[in-house]
Amino acid sequence: MNEALENMSDADRAEHLRKLIAGEYPDKRGRYGPFGGSYAPETLVTALKRLEQGIHEFLADDELQVELRRELKDWVGRPTALTHARGLSKRWGADVWLKREDLAHTGAHKINNALGQAFLAKKLGAKRVVAETGAGQHGVATAAACARVGIPCTVYMGAVDIERQAPNVDRMYQLGANVVPVTGGDATLRAAIDEAFRNWVADPAETFYLLGSAVGPHPYPWLVQVLQSVIGTEARAQIIEAAGGLPDIAVACVGGGSNAIGLFHPMLADSGIEMLGIEAGGLGPDLGDNSATLAAGKPGVLHGTYSMLLYDADGQIQETHSVSAGLDYPGVGPEHALLKTIGRVTYHSITDDVALDALRECCAFEGILPAIESSHALAGAREWAKENPGKRILIGLSGRGDKDMPTLSKHMSFREAAE
Amino acid sequence: MQLHQKISVALNAATAAGRVGLVPFVTAGYPIKDEFIKVLSEICKDGDVVEVGVPFSDPMADGITIQRSSHSAIEQGVTLNWIIDQLAASDIDTPIVLMSYLNPLLAYGYEALAADAAKAGVCGFIVPDLPWEESEHLRAALETQGLGLVQLVTPATPEDRLEMLCKVSQGFIYAVTVTGVTGGDQSMPAEVVDYLDVVKRHASIPVCAGFGVREPSQVAMLGKHADGVIVGSALLEKIESGEDAAAFLRGLQG
Ligand SMILES: Cc1ncc(COP(=O)(O)O)c(C=O)c1O
Repeated sequence: MNEALENMSDADRAEHLRKLIAGEYPDKRGRYGPFGGSYAPETLVTALKRLEQGIHEFLADDELQVELRRELKDWVGRPTALTHARGLSKRWGADVWLKREDLAHTGAHKINNALGQAFLAKKLGAKRVVAETGAGQHGVATAAACARVGIPCTVYMGAVDIERQAPNVDRMYQLGANVVPVTGGDATLRAAIDEAFRNWVADPAETFYLLGSAVGPHPYPWLVQVLQSVIGTEARAQIIEAAGGLPDIAVACVGGGSNAIGLFHPMLADSGIEMLGIEAGGLGPDLGDNSATLAAGKPGVLHGTYSMLLYDADGQIQETHSVSAGLDYPGVGPEHALLKTIGRVTYHSITDDVALDALRECCAFEGILPAIESSHALAGAREWAKENPGKRILIGLSGRGDKDMPTLSKHMSFREAAE
Repeated sequence: MQLHQKISVALNAATAAGRVGLVPFVTAGYPIKDEFIKVLSEICKDGDVVEVGVPFSDPMADGITIQRSSHSAIEQGVTLNWIIDQLAASDIDTPIVLMSYLNPLLAYGYEALAADAAKAGVCGFIVPDLPWEESEHLRAALETQGLGLVQLVTPATPEDRLEMLCKVSQGFIYAVTVTGVTGGDQSMPAEVVDYLDVVKRHASIPVCAGFGVREPSQVAMLGKHADGVIVGSALLEKIESGEDAAAFLRGLQG
């Protein structure tokens, strides 16, 4: 399989891209070329089919779509701003623009997906929502969206993440969510997804699983892409208006890949726009020290999808590391696996320290505290700018960094002590 | 005879003898890696077919007992390669079904897996995260060796789909008794017997009921509506606490 992917002809690559742009992917089997599909336990097969049917009805329901757009405007605060990063532009010798998902209600792009899926859950008559969270941004967004549409929710969160993203745990409680710590497995996002699936398996008829990234069995990667594409659609129009043209490159961080797919997907047909996804390089390139799935992974199956994945020779999923909880995941969405394979998007990784450095630079010169996840995109863009001076760069600033204060305080005081 | 037919034959023999077929499940190498074959031989005394669990890091269809046993086995270095080597070197002649999540099978390589497993005495596979629609590649490899892919049906499976799965399953049909993960200890809902009767009506190979089977009374009840029962978490818990696994299994059959 690996060899077949590496030896893909240019004609095949072009055909895959055409199908992606034309909306022919995911195909009937939920695939993006070789990737994707639905590797779910039998108990969930019927629920997933019902979900897929429900999405089609939801997208065709004009009244509901009008209501969703109204909520995105009045409750989420969309469109989010496109900010000209004057300080960074000067420092990097580039023309830098930030798509400000940090300004969306609850502080990250996650709300676009959470609100849309909460609408869908209501339409499908679900009695409760279950979700997983890593950084807690998806958990907070889900808690808020469920409160808004009036449906109870339970959020699974790894014990390690509960500690490093403490502010978000309290926010979830305040918003009425039931937060369940997960101590099994690696006690981070991956274990939280395992547990959310188990909970869904127990009640597939009345529970709605509100998955937070562009991963999971079909139709989730597609649903999340559709709901997050508002980012790229807005940004594309905004940058044409504000800067007078399209960017030379779009850059976003990639955990499961939802904010990146939301930014990239609506611009795939703009062949003049290069695209760069930034994964978490963690402490460095050694196995287990990072979560750079597309750089170091191979095709495999986890959480219902066939995609790039970090695992060992025996098929056991690799423990990962990233300073950012939201990128600390061994898998990635199947559409990204295809985009990498066909060469439409390039993926790099950025280490913890370099990301934290970019975070400080953004604070100091833009007056914006970005999430550590988003700081990976900033750092990746900065490196690209060094190689490609004078270009127009669009960066997906996926969220704000308030949630990261415990981690930042720890790293700062560690630094000070070291100095 | 195809390897998967050995499974059906063994379960049919239990029926012919007026017994409920017994399919014990153990996670390979749990609780002690070096005692894998000893534990397996012990449960083979009473098992008509045995199910060997390949540990996986993310067992998303399993409850806490199998999560714990899988984690422990991985920590001790149990791998699919090792399991197949151990089985190949043993003289166990009870039909063996390997239960594994898909990724360890992918990592092994389907063709090599089918060849090596067949030589090691494996007769079939159960893959909880591989629904029928995604199983083409694995089946193609297994078929070259006559190995079966056991299909699971659940109370959430609509009847037309259930009928299809009953037709295509090999070895036996795994009728999941509860809507949920393995190892639950809630009492079996009364509707379970009606559901099993539906499965039985569509089945032309033995039907085994599993998930949450713990008590002789459950075995007696399920045995009236299915050909066999699968006992996993409850057995692992006995083994963990050092109780006599064989005696527990015998006790289940009343
Ligand atoms: C601010 C922010 N950015 C990015 C991510 C990564 O997720 P994804 O790759 O799905 O966008 C997260 C996840 O929690 C996040 O909170």
